[in-house]
Amino acid sequence: MSASSGSPIIRAPSHAKKGEIIEVRSLVRSPMTTGFQKNKQGQIIPAHFIQTVTVTFNGKPVSHFDFGTAISKDPYLAFRMRAEQSGTLKIVWKDNKGGRWSANARITVT
Amino acid sequence: MTSNLKARRTFLHTVLLGGTAVASGVAFGGIGKALADNVPGWPAKPFSEHVLAAAMMDSIGTTKVSVSSKITLHAPTIAQNGGSVPITVSVDYPMTPQDYIQAIYLFVDHNPDPLAGEFHFTPASGQAYFQGRIKMKKTDHVRVIAKTNKGVLMAAEPKVVKVTIGGCGG
Repeated sequence: MSASSGSPIIRAPSHAKKGEIIEVRSLVRSPMTTGFQKNKQGQIIPAHFIQTVTVTFNGKPVSHFDFGTAISKDPYLAFRMRAEQSGTLKIVWKDNKGGRWSANARITVT
Repeated sequence: MTSNLKARRTFLHTVLLGGTAVASGVAFGGIGKALADNVPGWPAKPFSEHVLAAAMMDSIGTTKVSVSSKITLHAPTIAQNGGSVPITVSVDYPMTPQDYIQAIYLFVDHNPDPLAGEFHFTPASGQAYFQGRIKMKKTDHVRVIAKTNKGVLMAAEPKVVKVTIGGCGG
C-alpha cells in the first residue's frame, strides 16, 4: 500500500506579472482510505490519507489545507496566489502514517 | 425548502443512523487507530464527527450561517462516480491584511465524516479559491462556509449533487 503514496507534482506558471493572481495545480498520490471499508478477506483497511497540505513562498506561509477522508484518492488541489516577487513556491504534504512529501516550483515575477 | 425534500432528508438521516449503529465497530477500529498518528495541528475533533451538526459546531461554532452571494460553489448536478466529485469554490472578497477570508470549510451532509476539508488562506493567497475532488456516499447536499479573519461567517447556497454510484469505497 505504501507504494501508492507520493510522486508529488506542481503545475504553476513559470512567469507572472507583479501583483497578478496565479493559479497553482497540484497532485500527490495517496490511497485516501477511510478506515470504514473491508478488504476481500473481511479485514478492515486502515485509514491512510493525506491530512495536511502546506503552501509557502520563499519560506512565508501562503495557505494551509486540512483534509479529511472524504477527499478523493490521489488528491488533486488547485489554489491561487498573488505573485509579488520572484521566488520558490513549496508545497509539503503529510499523511497520518508519517509520510511526508514536498515539491517546489520556481516563479519569475516581472 | 419543499416538504418533499424535507421528507427525503429525514429519510436519509434515518438511514444514516441505522447504518451507523451497524458500522460503529468498523468506525472505531478504523478512525481510532488513524487518530493516534495524526499530523500535529490537524484538527482531529471536527474531522472525527459523524453528524453534520457536530462537525459544524466543532469547526465553526454554529450550525446556522446566512447565505451570501459572495461565495460561489461549483459542483456537478449529477455525479456518476461518487468517488470523485469535482468541487470548485471561490469567494469574491478583498484579501488585504486588515480584512480577508481566513478559511473555507467544506461539508457533505451525510458522509460518514461530514467535514471533508478546511482550506486556510492568507492575504498572500490573493483570492480565497480552491478546486478539488471529494467522495460522496450518496445523493446529498454539499455546503461550504467561509470565515473572515474577524470571525464573520458566510455560506454558499448549498448544492445538491445526485450520486449514481456511491464513493466511499476507497
